[in-house]
Amino acid sequence: MTNVYIVGIGIHPFGRTPERTGLQQGIYAARKALEDAGLEWKDMQFAFGGSDAAGKADTMVSQLGLTGIPFINVLNGCATGGSALFGAYSAIKSGEFDIGMAVGFDKHPRGAFDPKPADWGLPDWYGETGMMLTTQFFAMKIRRYMSLYGITPLTLARVAEKAFENGSLTDHAWRRTPVDIDTILNSQMVSDPLTKYMFCSPSEGGVALILASEKKARELGAALIKLRAATVRTRPPGSFEVFSPALDIERGESATHLASRAAFEMAGVGPEDIDLAQLQDTESGAEIMHMAENGFCRDGEQEQWLAEGWSRRGGRLPINTDGGCLACGEPIGASGLRQVYENVVQLRGQAGARQAVENPRLAYSHVQGAPGLSAVTILER
Amino acid sequence: MRPIAPDLFVDGDPPRLIGGRHRESGRIVFPLPTGAERELYEPITLSPHGKLWSFTVQRFAPKSPPYAGPEPFEPFALGYVELPGEIIVEARLTGVPFDQLKIGMPLTLTLEPFRTDPDGVQVVTYAFGPARETA
Repeated sequence: MTNVYIVGIGIHPFGRTPERTGLQQGIYAARKALEDAGLEWKDMQFAFGGSDAAGKADTMVSQLGLTGIPFINVLNGCATGGSALFGAYSAIKSGEFDIGMAVGFDKHPRGAFDPKPADWGLPDWYGETGMMLTTQFFAMKIRRYMSLYGITPLTLARVAEKAFENGSLTDHAWRRTPVDIDTILNSQMVSDPLTKYMFCSPSEGGVALILASEKKARELGAALIKLRAATVRTRPPGSFEVFSPALDIERGESATHLASRAAFEMAGVGPEDIDLAQLQDTESGAEIMHMAENGFCRDGEQEQWLAEGWSRRGGRLPINTDGGCLACGEPIGASGLRQVYENVVQLRGQAGARQAVENPRLAYSHVQGAPGLSAVTILER
Repeated sequence: MRPIAPDLFVDGDPPRLIGGRHRESGRIVFPLPTGAERELYEPITLSPHGKLWSFTVQRFAPKSPPYAGPEPFEPFALGYVELPGEIIVEARLTGVPFDQLKIGMPLTLTLEPFRTDPDGVQVVTYAFGPARETA
């Protein structure tokens, strides 16, 4: 089995782009990634791609070129990008292919997502009575967590404040203006205890990554960014997930715990070795809980982490250095790959004003999505 | 009056939710599964008394569909209620001011009018409200 490297990255800015469909944003990102790697589409031996709501990824061959390669579509909720990357990683690691692409894109209408109960194996009354909103789940998960571990609303606000500050320095971010703590705390309450500025919004964007075997990567001669681990896990018994009419009394771990542990084991490193991390931050509380679920701190320590600024640029472990979902918005199919894109930019030392660490060596990414799956990567320069 | 769905709850004082007990593992589920999966479960009525496990307030009108509630929209509280020894169920919360909701507070199941259908029939759903001493 070969080592796997990321040799090209491309992004279509996140936010709202009325003049381009989601698919076109994916194609834009694919071309940027090829340009970054100094390659052409005909050099790709395969692709994995996906969007949740913006069409079939494999149709982009009509724009990129009819080269006959296998192009596998992935549809895996918020982990669509992570799953596409996992597919591409496994294809190269197996030795079957030398170079290929993972691409994710999306375009969602404004406002909360509007799932259909039947698509989730749920009865109609669950949606009719107004209990089928992702926002409610996030609010109830963090409310419970706050009560168990003493996390305060101020800490939730600090997460959002950091996100918008990082976003203001990120050219692919959607929200580019810093927002102060008081404005965040006093903005419209969406789903208690989470205010408007503590939630990400559905948005648009596209990201593509080109992966290569060690041999191919060395031939290309660019900075060697190695994928030390790429894992995907689904939920174990007792995890608390979105759209659950009931929960078992015996509570358990989450898919994140499993994916994280597997990634650290695969990479042979621990949380203390990581220099910066991108963690799923659908809302402020998610980042807080995912800090602990991924092993970076113990439950409750986030209160001190945020107060001391340890997850800011230049801190002990900078988290969501491009502003995360809070500042970039959430195009479901693209978010997981955006995190990896940002990690590559940081590892290459190309992040400019938002360079979070000087000469970072290890960067971590984590996505989590419905109905309970998680994808983690660890990159090394 | 019409229940919002069949086999969801039974009326009474107090009313009770209908769950299922897996015939082999004994695991309790809610709601009672439908279709082919249902045969795996013995229908049971769940305790009407529980403790608030977590909660939030729905401040804006959910998208319709799937939401099919009364107009104009009024914010409502919802939460998870732990029924000791059985299961934690998600429910609308009623009869408690939003600012007095507290994790751990005791609650009792109740039925309440949810909406009126075009045929004029009132549709009823379940909710948890202030704890009541019941038989």
